[in-house]
Amino acid sequence: MPSSPSLQTTLLDCMPPLAIRAYTATTALGRGRAAQLDALRARRGGLRPNDFGSRDFGTAALDTWIGRIDGLEDTALPAEYAAWECRNNRLAWLALQQDDILDTVAAMRDRHGATRVAIVLGTSTASIGETEDAYARLDDGAFPADMARPNVHTPHSLGGFVQQATGLRGPCVTVATACSSSAKVFAQAARLIQAGVVDAALVGGVDTLCGSVLFGFNSLGLVSSAPCRPFDSARDGLSLGEAGGFAVLERTPDRAGRGGEEGLQLRGYGESSDAHHMSAPHPEGLGARLAMGDALARAGITAGDIGYLNLHGTATPANDAVEARAVAALFPDTLHASSTKGWTGHTLGAAGIVESVFALLALEHGLLPGTLHSSTADPACGAQIRFDNAQRRIDHAMNNSFGFGGNNCSLVFGRA
Amino acid sequence: MSSLSATIEGIGFWCNGLPDWPAARAYAQGAGLPDDAPARPSPQVLAPNERRRAPESVAVALEVALAACLDAQQSPATLASVFASTHGDLAITDYMCSTLVEDPRALSPTRFHNSVHNAAAGYWTIGNRCVRATTAISAFDASFAQGLLEALLQLAAGEPAVLLVGYDTASPGPLAPISHSEGTLGGALVLSGAGHIGKPRLRATLVDGNVQPARGALARLAAGNAMAPMLPLFDALALGDDAALLKAGPGRVLRVEIAHG
Repeated sequence: MPSSPSLQTTLLDCMPPLAIRAYTATTALGRGRAAQLDALRARRGGLRPNDFGSRDFGTAALDTWIGRIDGLEDTALPAEYAAWECRNNRLAWLALQQDDILDTVAAMRDRHGATRVAIVLGTSTASIGETEDAYARLDDGAFPADMARPNVHTPHSLGGFVQQATGLRGPCVTVATACSSSAKVFAQAARLIQAGVVDAALVGGVDTLCGSVLFGFNSLGLVSSAPCRPFDSARDGLSLGEAGGFAVLERTPDRAGRGGEEGLQLRGYGESSDAHHMSAPHPEGLGARLAMGDALARAGITAGDIGYLNLHGTATPANDAVEARAVAALFPDTLHASSTKGWTGHTLGAAGIVESVFALLALEHGLLPGTLHSSTADPACGAQIRFDNAQRRIDHAMNNSFGFGGNNCSLVFGRA
Repeated sequence: MSSLSATIEGIGFWCNGLPDWPAARAYAQGAGLPDDAPARPSPQVLAPNERRRAPESVAVALEVALAACLDAQQSPATLASVFASTHGDLAITDYMCSTLVEDPRALSPTRFHNSVHNAAAGYWTIGNRCVRATTAISAFDASFAQGLLEALLQLAAGEPAVLLVGYDTASPGPLAPISHSEGTLGGALVLSGAGHIGKPRLRATLVDGNVQPARGALARLAAGNAMAPMLPLFDALALGDDAALLKAGPGRVLRVEIAHG
């Protein structure tokens, strides 16, 4: 057995900060970021007993709790986008309507030109729910005519739809690295802007409930029959959720990020691989520590500068113990770190953008969420893991997103 | 946009009938198909039992990735990587959707975790004990061009060398007429920012335009595979051509100029 890869010390240059011109999330807590802030502040969770089935799974339906978004079944896409119809693109469209995202995108397009604004979106399941439905309705072995739309039965369904809906002509990519997808979009967009390929980017992610993820995570024994309890010693699995969110990033006026303007910024990113197992984290959190360390280095700050850390915190027994140990190894006890998955469920490919939005809300409003449904901390938890909300001004926030395949991404946000 | 550039340190290739880059290059230059080509890739990164069980998409991606690293004389553990696939593993999609109709509780946990688009990226980093960043992307028929762009961006951001892999597999069952893809195809490049005598150097620029149907030998041989849009670059590399055009999105093209070392 070869020895474990060691933690490398990397010497990374600081990245030029990027301005965040708009940001939003739509989750089981509601539509737009005011709904997120209200529910986080009131500690009002969005999970409900599983009632999902775009078709009837009958007696096979799972005894679990889900973070479902109301109203998606009743809101068709505008007729001009009918070819893109599916639950995932409906949620994308709903999320795009919130918090001035489309107006901000239009302003970027006018300011820089359509080819100078990129689209980088994350998803894990894309619109496989639509493909599942087509298989349930096969007509003599073939997709029914209304489902035979090649653009939606493929991972780039989300990117292709948003490209058409925004009229942007810059690079358009769907990142699909499981549950780190819509965190990594910030890193790829930062590279596109830094290299001068574009001047601004629409980033984000959308993932919707479907049979594949409900029964898939169930097959791995990772789904709880109760609302998930991240970092609790009695936690027994995750609750699945669906969500969509977006942010608009723009080059800052000068490389140092100054320019006389106030506002939120992307300050750093770190990406790594566990090199360990397809669906279990590295036991010492090697990849998590590399990702967090690189994000801090690119931001040019130290661990003590982070005021809030939104953890991946899925409430599976393995993830939370490993992540808690990795956090305890890197951060002082004064850090306020929490998992918000008790509010929203694990939104998979959308977790990166949703929890980046929560980190940005912490920066903007000083609301540091705790951890919902959890009461007795796992022995692996250091003083950093908090169950209660707190209210104080912070200067930097971090978000962790880790996915199958050992794919990790950490982001650092700050303000100008 | 300003152009992005890189040296091509190594090349890997596999398609039905052409099991490596030397055979593919010879075929592009007018030679025939080898007689003894294996029916399936056999990626040495995986242990023998995993090699047999690996999804076809993982097998071809890891086969060409390792070949490119060997050609480049680069250790896989040191490289950041970009995996581009139009559809991911269509056979697993077909299995998942069929099983959900027949008996959802019977879903295989292994096939579920293999259904993620970054399965090949995961097996690659696990098999090589590589802790560097890896990503998995799709951009429909622009997937390879967007993957190449991301690899070049990582070089521009300071990575010394980056592995790029493009691959797709056959579309089975009811998906076949919807998500078109035939056979198995993979191509890989190890790209570096340094210049090396004797190695081709490429320069890429995004421009408006549309790509004409490709006429190269490789492009015609594997035309039915969803990753075929990458083949104009591999035909150009084989023939020593000085440019290739890759579809980069609706009405957009990645123009790749090649200086042969």
